[in-house]
Amino acid sequence: MKAAHPVIKSLALGTMGFLYLPLFGVAVYSVNKAEKGLLWKGFTLDWYLQLFSNEWILSTALNTLALAVVSTLIATVLGTLVAIGINRFPWSKKANSMLDIMLHIPVVTPDIIMAGALVVAFGLLRVLSNVFEPGMFDMIIAHITFQIAFVALVVRSRLMSIGHDVEEAARDLFATNWYVLRRVMIPLMLPGVVAGAMLAFTLSLDDFVLSFFTAGPDSQTLPLYIYAAVRKGVTPEIHALSTLVVLITVVLVVGAERMSRKKEAC
Amino acid sequence: MPNRLFIWRGELTTRGSLTKRGLSFLSSGMLWLALFLIVPTLVFMALSFADRGEYGEIIWKFTVENYQRLMGYSVFGWTPDYLYILWRSVVVAGLTTLISVLLSYPLSFFIASRPPRSRYLWLTLVIVPFWTNMVIRAYAWFLILAPELPFAKVAAFLGLVPSGSALYPSPIAVYLGMVSMFLPFVTLPLYSSVERLDWSLVEAAQDLYSSRTRVFFKAILPQTLPGLSVGVVLTFVPAMGTFIVPDLLGGAKYMLVGNLIQQQFGASRDWPFGAAVSMALMILTMISLQLYRRRGEEIELL
Repeated sequence: MKAAHPVIKSLALGTMGFLYLPLFGVAVYSVNKAEKGLLWKGFTLDWYLQLFSNEWILSTALNTLALAVVSTLIATVLGTLVAIGINRFPWSKKANSMLDIMLHIPVVTPDIIMAGALVVAFGLLRVLSNVFEPGMFDMIIAHITFQIAFVALVVRSRLMSIGHDVEEAARDLFATNWYVLRRVMIPLMLPGVVAGAMLAFTLSLDDFVLSFFTAGPDSQTLPLYIYAAVRKGVTPEIHALSTLVVLITVVLVVGAERMSRKKEAC
Repeated sequence: MPNRLFIWRGELTTRGSLTKRGLSFLSSGMLWLALFLIVPTLVFMALSFADRGEYGEIIWKFTVENYQRLMGYSVFGWTPDYLYILWRSVVVAGLTTLISVLLSYPLSFFIASRPPRSRYLWLTLVIVPFWTNMVIRAYAWFLILAPELPFAKVAAFLGLVPSGSALYPSPIAVYLGMVSMFLPFVTLPLYSSVERLDWSLVEAAQDLYSSRTRVFFKAILPQTLPGLSVGVVLTFVPAMGTFIVPDLLGGAKYMLVGNLIQQQFGASRDWPFGAAVSMALMILTMISLQLYRRRGEEIELL
């Protein structure tokens, strides 16, 4: 393809600048000595050091990670089972479209509606048991509920692309159901499962709305913490925390990109 | 006939046993979705027709009062406040989508014109904000729009805002936040169409002396339509229900439907009304998905 027209090029660079200017601002002020205001008072890493001695932030980070790990594990298992169940059996057209709708509901429903519906559901379930008090348990359930569909859709598209030739060959050689699943299906669909799990993990780390609606006082996550702090007024410490979160995101995105490109190569 | 033997993907089996095995794969996940998605959604729908007690408790008595209130009717007469919030949400989502599309075309053409190696770098640069936490990206605008920085100073100089005050909360701040939030949602699918563009058609149009606009509308737009329409849906639908951007950058004066819903579950503690507003948002979402589907394309979200 020929080189872009200078006007297109400058528009594109301007748009990239627009995307990054705010994040760049946060990074710059995370190393600014001034505690208040936006005047530049010199370079410092104090705010980062303060983060690591702030026990509340550390426990918040731990909550975020625990929530993401637990919900991703459960959602990956459930989503993968659903994907196999949909893709590998001769369902009627009607059943198939029903299942398809089921999977797309959580994807297209605005998260704020799902959050509201779950708040009400947990509120009513509290009559039965107090495990449904706002807190980690509710948050895990909420996250799994929207992750399942994403995992299932990713794994299903992988199952579609691998087809069923190898499975049929295994059957012709008298492999049992269990053997086919363990030695044929699982190895072949593993990249899809990993991709689905990674998507679910990032969705959980990134989520604000569902956590905001279902969290209790002891189950704050980093996005909730940043939100609450920002409402009180931004501090350099929050800039430092945000910059770290952005850097971790960059590492995750680049890592995922590398992995998917390596897969394409082999 | 459930018991007749037949061959399914190399396996000699009966329909009955396949169904049983298929259901055992589906049951756990589907049960989960039924329990925590379908039933709560149905209860939520029912709740929008229920009443609210003095302390925010739910009174299960059928009433359409929540919807009347949403339409603006109350004991004090008619006000368009809530309807205006719904309308504003649609407008903000629409304009956000439009601006994102206008910015995404040059951006994706630019990326596609790069040599393959740096193309990945540019794409990664678009993907990173896509995955960066929304709270961080929304509040980051606080800094850019702060009174000490040139943007606010220029605006104050032009007499748009009183000097020494920040450019947020304001409608402009909401648009800046929204576009920066949703731009990658358009750029990424659009780029995948632009990458596959058949340039011979564009050249043919140019050889035949088409004007630039005609080249765009006749040779480029039809070819990029699949990516564009995915991008439009991916932006418009979540933009309508977004909460964090108008909350941080719009303030109480520029509420969108997401804030109105959140308010009912937070400060106001009026769940039935919150459910009714959610139903309105759900209907808006359905209408936009339906309009998209009518264009004859399958929703390919992943």
